[in-house]
Amino acid sequence: MSFLIYDGTFDGLMTAVFESYALKLESPQVYTKDQLGPQLFEQVLEVSSDEEKALRVKTKIKSILGQNGLQMLWKATLSEGAEVGNIVLGVVRYALKTEKNILKDYGHPSVLSLQEIMKKLSRERHRMTAFVRFKLASDQVYYATIEPDFDVLPLISDHFKNRYADQKWMIFDLKRNYGIFYDLRKVIPVEFHNPEAGQSLSVISIEWDETEKEFQSLWKNYFKSTNIASRKNTKLHLQHVPRRYWKYLVEK
Amino acid sequence: MGICHTYTEDGRCVSLLKILLTNHCIYDCLYCVSRKSNNIKRAAFTVDEVVELTINFYRRNYIEGLFLSSGIFKDADFTMERLVKVAKKLRQEHKFNGYIHLKTIPGARDELMREAGLYADRLSVNLELPTSSGLKLLAPDKNHKDMIKPMASIQQDILKFKEEKKLIKSTPIFAPAGQSSQMIIGATNESDLDIIKTSSTLYQKFNLKRVYFSGYVPVLEHQNLPMLGTPVPLVRENRLYQTDWLMRFYQFNPQEIVNETYPNLDLEIDPKLSWALRNRGHFPVDVNKADYHMILRIPGVGVKSAKKIVAARKFGALNLDKLRKLGIAMNRAQHFIACGNHIGISDMDSLTLRQMILQNGKSKFSANFSPQLSLFQ
Repeated sequence: MSFLIYDGTFDGLMTAVFESYALKLESPQVYTKDQLGPQLFEQVLEVSSDEEKALRVKTKIKSILGQNGLQMLWKATLSEGAEVGNIVLGVVRYALKTEKNILKDYGHPSVLSLQEIMKKLSRERHRMTAFVRFKLASDQVYYATIEPDFDVLPLISDHFKNRYADQKWMIFDLKRNYGIFYDLRKVIPVEFHNPEAGQSLSVISIEWDETEKEFQSLWKNYFKSTNIASRKNTKLHLQHVPRRYWKYLVEK
Repeated sequence: MGICHTYTEDGRCVSLLKILLTNHCIYDCLYCVSRKSNNIKRAAFTVDEVVELTINFYRRNYIEGLFLSSGIFKDADFTMERLVKVAKKLRQEHKFNGYIHLKTIPGARDELMREAGLYADRLSVNLELPTSSGLKLLAPDKNHKDMIKPMASIQQDILKFKEEKKLIKSTPIFAPAGQSSQMIIGATNESDLDIIKTSSTLYQKFNLKRVYFSGYVPVLEHQNLPMLGTPVPLVRENRLYQTDWLMRFYQFNPQEIVNETYPNLDLEIDPKLSWALRNRGHFPVDVNKADYHMILRIPGVGVKSAKKIVAARKFGALNLDKLRKLGIAMNRAQHFIACGNHIGISDMDSLTLRQMILQNGKSKFSANFSPQLSLFQ
């Protein structure tokens, strides 16, 4: 068995796919460096991302699975799962072998796994469009912080850009230490460099708008009074709003 | 996908800021807490208060929009004017592009209704109770005719604006999310057949998007009402919604589910399983050959699963194992399908089969039917 190591980017993964064919590897496996522990006896090849090779693979995939299919494979990598490289590779190999759009062949293990990843990813994306809570700062920018299970900022950017086209906002992913900022014209990625290492954005104090507190308390009040205490259903509640999201929800 | 922004501790979705403009009311409907004769504190929002609240909640991503309803102060026009003012202000002064649902007030002027449709995404007229006789009993000042009238005019306006838009592009959109209605169930002794008849008429005649049911919560001791302490008919509400789904997404005719022979839904099992048990002749369905319409009718197979089955079988025959992996609820489905060398049960009578499925499955409602519980109730 041979292992291919890629850099975690989608182009890197596509390059690895390319190499697996170029080197005629049998049952190759792809991982990022962090995902694969030290290997004693196996053949390990480190692949450096190559735009041209990646493009050749992407063009081929697009010709079989269409733009949507290619997009789906890219999205899958945002899930950051340990096996996602192998699942994408499995789907690509199956597609190349059959020369057919096999994305709905749910009987195939890689296709089924891909669909499961997409389902989880879309659930997390959907949760983030719902659970982001903006706070208005005195500079009239709306700020929100999140810690999603997957790297979903690229997937929610358009949603918020369309919805809040006339307000400046920023959503920051504390887990991955980057965010997106909308300046009334376009969404730009922002990184956060703190001179004092180990500090996160949440430590930085932002001066909030004077109305902010009041609307938070009005919202909490509304949330509380909507509830019917005699119909309390904690199991269902947790199913919808798992505990790990609570700390960013104003109403919780 | 859903539009919920949060969920209450009782597990319900919060998507809209749902408020009453006022709980003042000139009517005296027995089933309503805001009824005139009820001795409660009365209050009212100003138009500006509702607008401020909505826009600030929306900008913070707390909500998708506003659901505005009201008790009737003074008269229908006076109340409706205020509801329309809220929507107009949100759209015109605040460029609000969130969702607005307005409960229209039966009896208000036609122009007001029309204006409401220009600013709101959805309009609704409450039908209050499923039968006219029930309404006469509990809300004698109201009648269904007055509620049907605005429904018809809203529907006509929706069609008219759509037609005009085809010719003149700048025609504004009228209530783009259509209209809906709501009724209380379990306050009178109506049957499920009565309810489904009413709701399917609304769908057919007025092209409603949704009909909502809400189980009656006892608020008052009165000879015409269920006794105080009567449990809210939650299971029934759920079964009615399941029936509603069967009509809208599963190509069922209402008469197939409830009819003169079976006027009430089986509370212990879902209406699709109930239909299948009464129509065993259609089963087992061969999942590798049957058309989408029949696949949809297999108990345990939802719309998504049915589509997956139809898509996946093009790549090779499906067997039980593959179906399970697709996420099909096999406890129910296995008895009604044929695939590969599996053939669903056909020699067991429906009553026994029903018992078997109930015993092997876990219903979220099982507590409601557990004989052990009833000993202590």
